[in-house]
Amino acid sequence: MADTMISSPMSNLSDEQIEQLGKEFDAIHDEVFAELGDRDRRYIVSMIEMHRRLVVSGRIMLFGSRNRAAWFAGTSMLALAKILENMEIGHNVMHGQWDWMNDPQINSATWDWDTASTAEAWKHSHNYIHHTYTNIRGKDRDLGYEIMRIDPHQKWHPVYLLQPFYNLLLAAFFEWGVALHDLDFDAIRKGEKSKDAISRELKGIAHKARLQIAKDYLTFPALTAALNTGATAGVRALRGRSRSRRRRLYERVRPPARQSLVDVARESYMATMKANFTANIIRNIWAYAIIFCGHFPDQTYTFSQEEVFDESRGGFYVRQLLGAANIDGRPLFHVISGNLGYQVEHHLYPDMPSTRYAEIAPRVKDICARYGLPYNTGPLSKQLGGVQRTILRLAFPGGAPRPKPGPYHGPEFDDAALRSGRDERFSRPGEDGAGPEQPTEGVRVSMPEEE
Amino acid sequence: MAERGAVPQVPVLQRRALKAMRALFTPLLPDDYLELINPLWTTQELRGRIERVERETRDAVTIFIKPGWQWPGHEPGQYLRVGVVINGVHHWRAYSLTSDPERPDGCISITPKLLEEGVVSPYFVRHAKPGAIVRLGGVEGAFKLPSPLPEQLLFITAGSGITPVMSMLRHLESCEHLGDVVHLHSARTADDAIFGDQLRALDERHDGYRLHLQLTGSAGRLTPDHFEELCPDWADREAFVCGPAAMLDTMEEHWCERGDRGRLHMERFQPIIGKSDAEQGEGGAIRFTKSDLDARSDGSQPILVAGEEAGGTLPFGCRMGICHTCVGKLCSGKVRDLRTGEVSGSPGEVIRTCINAPEGDVEIAL
Repeated sequence: MADTMISSPMSNLSDEQIEQLGKEFDAIHDEVFAELGDRDRRYIVSMIEMHRRLVVSGRIMLFGSRNRAAWFAGTSMLALAKILENMEIGHNVMHGQWDWMNDPQINSATWDWDTASTAEAWKHSHNYIHHTYTNIRGKDRDLGYEIMRIDPHQKWHPVYLLQPFYNLLLAAFFEWGVALHDLDFDAIRKGEKSKDAISRELKGIAHKARLQIAKDYLTFPALTAALNTGATAGVRALRGRSRSRRRRLYERVRPPARQSLVDVARESYMATMKANFTANIIRNIWAYAIIFCGHFPDQTYTFSQEEVFDESRGGFYVRQLLGAANIDGRPLFHVISGNLGYQVEHHLYPDMPSTRYAEIAPRVKDICARYGLPYNTGPLSKQLGGVQRTILRLAFPGGAPRPKPGPYHGPEFDDAALRSGRDERFSRPGEDGAGPEQPTEGVRVSMPEEE
Repeated sequence: MAERGAVPQVPVLQRRALKAMRALFTPLLPDDYLELINPLWTTQELRGRIERVERETRDAVTIFIKPGWQWPGHEPGQYLRVGVVINGVHHWRAYSLTSDPERPDGCISITPKLLEEGVVSPYFVRHAKPGAIVRLGGVEGAFKLPSPLPEQLLFITAGSGITPVMSMLRHLESCEHLGDVVHLHSARTADDAIFGDQLRALDERHDGYRLHLQLTGSAGRLTPDHFEELCPDWADREAFVCGPAAMLDTMEEHWCERGDRGRLHMERFQPIIGKSDAEQGEGGAIRFTKSDLDARSDGSQPILVAGEEAGGTLPFGCRMGICHTCVGKLCSGKVRDLRTGEVSGSPGEVIRTCINAPEGDVEIAL
């Protein structure tokens, strides 16, 4: 059943059209790779430098974390650093986007990142499984991450009633969720994974967890405590020596109210620990928000395994176009989201340096317009809101795919729609003329058959 | 994995201190932050700063490089792999060291000659500026002076073939061993002679060093026929030859027929891979397990090239067996070293794909 729930616009393209489209997308890739050079290298190198400067400044600022302003400044810098490191740097470097530089350090083979997943496990589950089988039900393990019902095709189970709750937990502790997800519980259950492999991966996660927990919750808090206690003791000793005799006598009778050194140590330890925890949570929530907007917004399609059987290169591109969704934003937004706001471009070309996504976006849109395909995008609030609504709705049985946008009509159309104050691209299915592939009928959306 | 510089010689205490601080920087290293202050401070690979660029001829320059850590030393005649970033991409090339190993300023030097169609030599000859950072790889090469130093020496060089010999001559001068040295150097014109002035000066300073400069543009090529006149006792000397392949072949033939091949030392800048006298194997099918790729080699093609021709993207570096960038684990089968003809290989062995051809069917984890 279920396959007839919604048919993808792919079915309306002939094999020749799909082949031609594949060639057009290949050409963009080749063109960009032929002109990669200094400009691109400067970008990633400066991004890496900025990350390291932010880390150093944030950590130093947090040595004064007992002060509120320093706490906020330090925490923000650290959170921003972690976000940059995970998204614009780590994720993209490990995709091999910068391997063309032949740099021994900025290289997918040698890079490791500040998150719970080991580089090796991540590259397998993300680069290989998710990017190859994107949005294919039963193949793409990122479709609901095996714990959520994010697509109405997924069979309902009472455990999904809890999904609105653990959705929030996942957002807060996203890096741990991703690390555990990499283990592939399904494969373990089915006995497809050897004991050695499981134990190696568990050890890998434990190793990374140990190092990170030690760094954020032991070493740096302890350093803060040591520095503050030392400084306080030092200042007191100096003051003690410079006080007048009368003052000293007076203080013997009436000692000034002051914090004990143990309290100073405890307070500063806790302040830095909380700051680091907060930075990690901010990073997790941000990563969750951006990543959940990649494939779960209303506009995206999922695919049955039969639909994509024996898929051609062009078919792969179409599936990526339909299965991913962008987030509109300004350049700064795209930097701090690792350019994953260009999820569509990223899925077409996972190994292309992320800086180029914005540049090729108009050409991708142009192809969409010419082949009658949608170009999925929307502001963050709309994309994330849609995702949250889906998570809530699909916690309960039933549910239908959300209405899909029609074909992209080009930038002129964008402007016209903007002027008329109505987003024409999101015409309702069934309306005459809507839908990319069935100009007369619109997109067919039918209710799922009874389970 | 991309090629990286040599592991620098860092004082033990410093290395331990950096190791102790790793917990603060995980998953990065203290080096990743140190190199922001000064790129030479990283202990992960040896880097150097270009101190001076001196023009030797119209199309050759000497680049003086100060290594970030103490220079591990080299023997005169050896070469060094140097990595530079050109238009965003790291390129590695091997250059003969032209400096005397014991320079008081701790600098080393290379003397690249412009190769118009090349990538790296145009950078060095036209664009390299003092202050630029380069990566320094391993020192290699068997073209070295024997120990103890022979009393009678003959150097035959042509064009940029002078570069390894220059290092030898500088070394011989500094240890006062220029007692009986004949040097036959060829260049197209006097202006084209790299180190021409320095060689002439050496000739003036030392009676024991005799230089003959063959200007091939007007006087034609130097051949063994000239030996009678220029160096009649050539067969009694330890000979070091470096230059174009044609010259090397002529000299090798001459020594084989008329002299003692054991006294002839040659440097070929490009090792002959798959074309040497080494026995050629049968080849076989290659399965690249990670890339899910099948290829075939006829026995003369290295595994790397066969894989690339089958459409694979495989790690590569020097393509001459030096840098170990292209290595992969052999899962099954045997391989033949194209330089020596030697067959080897046991499962789990890490092999260099650029210099090995399959000997029968092989599987490799790449």
